[in-house]
Amino acid sequence: MNANPAESATGGDAVIADGLTKRFGTFTAVDRLSMRIARGEVMGFIGPNGAGKSTSIRMLCGLVEPSEGRASVAGFDVGSQSQEVREHIGYMSQKFSLYGDLTVRENLRFFAGIYRVPAGELAGRMEYAVSMAGLEGQENTRVATLAGGWKQRLALGCAILHRPPVLFLDEPTSGVEPEARRRFWDLIHDLAANGVTTLVSTHYMDEAEYCNRIALIDRGKLVAMGSPSELRQRGLGGALYELECSPLGAALEALHGAPGILEAAIFGDRLHVVVESGAAGAPALAERLRGHGIAVGTIRPTLPTLEDVFVHLVARGLETRTIG
Amino acid sequence: MSPRRLFAMVYKEALQILRDPRSLAIALVMPLMQMGLLGYGVSLDIKHVPICVYDQENSQLTRAIVSRFDAADWFSTVRTLHDQAGVRRAIDAGECIAAVVIPVDFSRTLAATGGATIQAVFDATDVNTSNIAQGYLQGVIAEVNAGIEARWFAAHGGQPSGIGQIDLQPGTWFNETLDSRNFIIPGVVAVILALIGAQLTSLTISREWERGTMEQLISTPVTALEVMLGKLIPYFAVGMIDAAVCLALAVFWFDVPFRGNLLTLFVATALFSLVVLGIGYLISVRIRSQLAASQIALLVTLLPTTLLSGYTFPIDQMPRVIQAITLVVYPRYYVTILRGIFLKASTLLDLWQPLLGMIVFAILIVWLASRAFHKRLD
Repeated sequence: MNANPAESATGGDAVIADGLTKRFGTFTAVDRLSMRIARGEVMGFIGPNGAGKSTSIRMLCGLVEPSEGRASVAGFDVGSQSQEVREHIGYMSQKFSLYGDLTVRENLRFFAGIYRVPAGELAGRMEYAVSMAGLEGQENTRVATLAGGWKQRLALGCAILHRPPVLFLDEPTSGVEPEARRRFWDLIHDLAANGVTTLVSTHYMDEAEYCNRIALIDRGKLVAMGSPSELRQRGLGGALYELECSPLGAALEALHGAPGILEAAIFGDRLHVVVESGAAGAPALAERLRGHGIAVGTIRPTLPTLEDVFVHLVARGLETRTIG
Repeated sequence: MSPRRLFAMVYKEALQILRDPRSLAIALVMPLMQMGLLGYGVSLDIKHVPICVYDQENSQLTRAIVSRFDAADWFSTVRTLHDQAGVRRAIDAGECIAAVVIPVDFSRTLAATGGATIQAVFDATDVNTSNIAQGYLQGVIAEVNAGIEARWFAAHGGQPSGIGQIDLQPGTWFNETLDSRNFIIPGVVAVILALIGAQLTSLTISREWERGTMEQLISTPVTALEVMLGKLIPYFAVGMIDAAVCLALAVFWFDVPFRGNLLTLFVATALFSLVVLGIGYLISVRIRSQLAASQIALLVTLLPTTLLSGYTFPIDQMPRVIQAITLVVYPRYYVTILRGIFLKASTLLDLWQPLLGMIVFAILIVWLASRAFHKRLD
C-alpha cells in the first residue's frame, strides 16, 4: 500500500478536494467543493437526491472529469494519475454493479484478478470477504438471486479485496433493510479501525450519526461540515427550546417574526423554537407567549436532531438563493 | 497491460457467454439456420422454367424437338398453344416465362436451306430468370441443330465437317457442374460470419452499461486495452467455432469442392473474424443500448456483405464507381479469398492482394477499437 508518499505530500489527508466543480451544460452539478478527509476518517456525505453527491464521488474516483478544480486521493492526483488512484481506491456505485449472472466466488475471483491480488493471499482474502458478507456456504450461488443486504456486503467485499486505503461508497445502503444497514455500518467501522478512509454518501439521516464527520451538500454546494455533535450544537445558528403550550397554532403565530426568534415549528404536541444566541432565553419566551394569552407549560433547552439541522440549513440555502 | 487482469477479463467474459442463453443461441444456432436458409434459399440456378409451345407445323421432327425441351430438367411445358393470340395471353397471364413458336414451314425450310428458325418469346419482367432461361433454351436448340446438321449432311452426301460439329459444351472452369451453389456458398459463409461476429460483440459493452456493471468496472485499474482484448478473445473463439461449422457444412453438406489448404483458410478466417468482431465492439462502445447496438451491427454488416461483397452480384459487373467503393467493403476480400481457396486451390501467395486488404482492415479496426473506449462516465 503506497501510503508513504500520501502522508508526506498531504499531511496525512487521504482525500483532498480543492474547488471541484462539474457543469453539465448550463447546470452546475457540483459547485466549488473543497474538503479534506483525514486518514482513517469516516466522512458522511449527506444531502437530498440530486444534490451532487454521486457526481462528487465520481470525480474523486476519476470516473467523471471535473470542469474545474483538482483533487488528490491517497496522495495521487485524480487528473494526472488516474491509474494509480484506481489502484488505491475501492468504489461502490449507487446501483448494484456486480455480475448477477456469475456466482459469489466468480465475482470475487474476477475482482481479485482485476486488482491483481497476490496469488498467495487470494484464498485468504476471498475467504475473509465471504465471511464478512455472511455468505458462507453460498459461494456458488448466482449473485442475482441474493437478497439486497447480502448483495451490498458482497459488493463491499469485492471493493476491498485489494485492501485499498480509501473507500468511496455511494449510497451503499439504499434499499437495504434496517438490520442489514446496521451490519453494513459495523463493517465500515471495522475498516476505519484499520486505517481505511471512507467517504460514504447516504440519504438516511440516522446513518449520519455513524460518521466521524458529515459534509452536508445541497444543490452542488457544501453547506456545512462537522462532527454530528458539532452540527447539532451550532447547526441551527441558535439555541433550541422545546415548549409545552396551548393552543399551538396561536403560539406559532405569536412567535413568527418576533425579534430574537429564528425559527418556530410544531413538533408533535410541542413547539420547537430556535432563539438567536445571546438573546434572552426561556423566561423571555414564556413572557411573550403569556402576553398573547397562551398557556405555557415547561420550557427546556434541547439538542436538535441532525434532521432538524439539515432541514434548517437546506431551507436557508434555498432562501438565500431565492433572494440572491 | 497486465496478463493477470487480461485473464480475469477473458475468463469472466467466457463465463458470461456460457451463462447467457441468448448469446449462446446467437452464436451456435443462428449460423446453422442461416447456412440452411441462405444455402438453399439463395440459388441462381433455375429449374423447371414454365414454357408454352405453339407448334404450327406439328410434324414428327417438331414434336421431337418439343420433347427435348421437357427432357431437359430446365423446362417444363405447361401448355400447348394453337394460335398466335394464345402466345400473348399465356405470357400476359404469367403462365410461362417463355413461349416457343415453331413456324408452319419449319421442316420444309430446313430441308431446302439447311437452316430454320424457331421463335421464342420471353417474359423479361424477371430479367434474371428470363436471361438464364434464354441461355438454357439456346443450349437445347443448339443441341438439336447439331443433330439436324449432322443428319442433313448425311442425307445430302458429304461428311459432317468441323464447321457443322460445333462443340456446345460451355467452356466453364472451376465450377464445371455450372452449379451456382458452388459460387454462392463460400459467400454465404462470409455473410454469416460477418452477421454473427458483429452481433456478438455489439452487445458486450452495451450490456455492461445497461446492467450497471460498467461503472464498477471502470473504477478499477483495468485498462481500455485489457477491456477490449478481454471482450474480443472469447468471442474470437466463438467466431472461429462458427466458421468451422459453416465451412464444414459447405463442404460436407452442400458438397462445395474444397481444393485449397486449411492454413490459408485459417489465416483468412481469423483475419475476417477479427475485423467483424472489432466492428461490433466499436459499435458497442459508441451505442449504450443493446437493442440499438444490435440493429446498427446488423445494418453495417448485412448491407455491405450481401450487396457489395461480390457474394451474389459479381463486382466486375458493377459500375466503376461502385467497384471503387467495394475496395473499402471488407467482406469482398474474404469472399474472394474463400472462392479462391474453395474452387481454385489458391495459395497464400496467389491471394496476397485480398489478404493484404484484410490485414489492412484488421489493423485499422483493432486500432480504432483500442482507442474507442474511455474509462469515463461523461
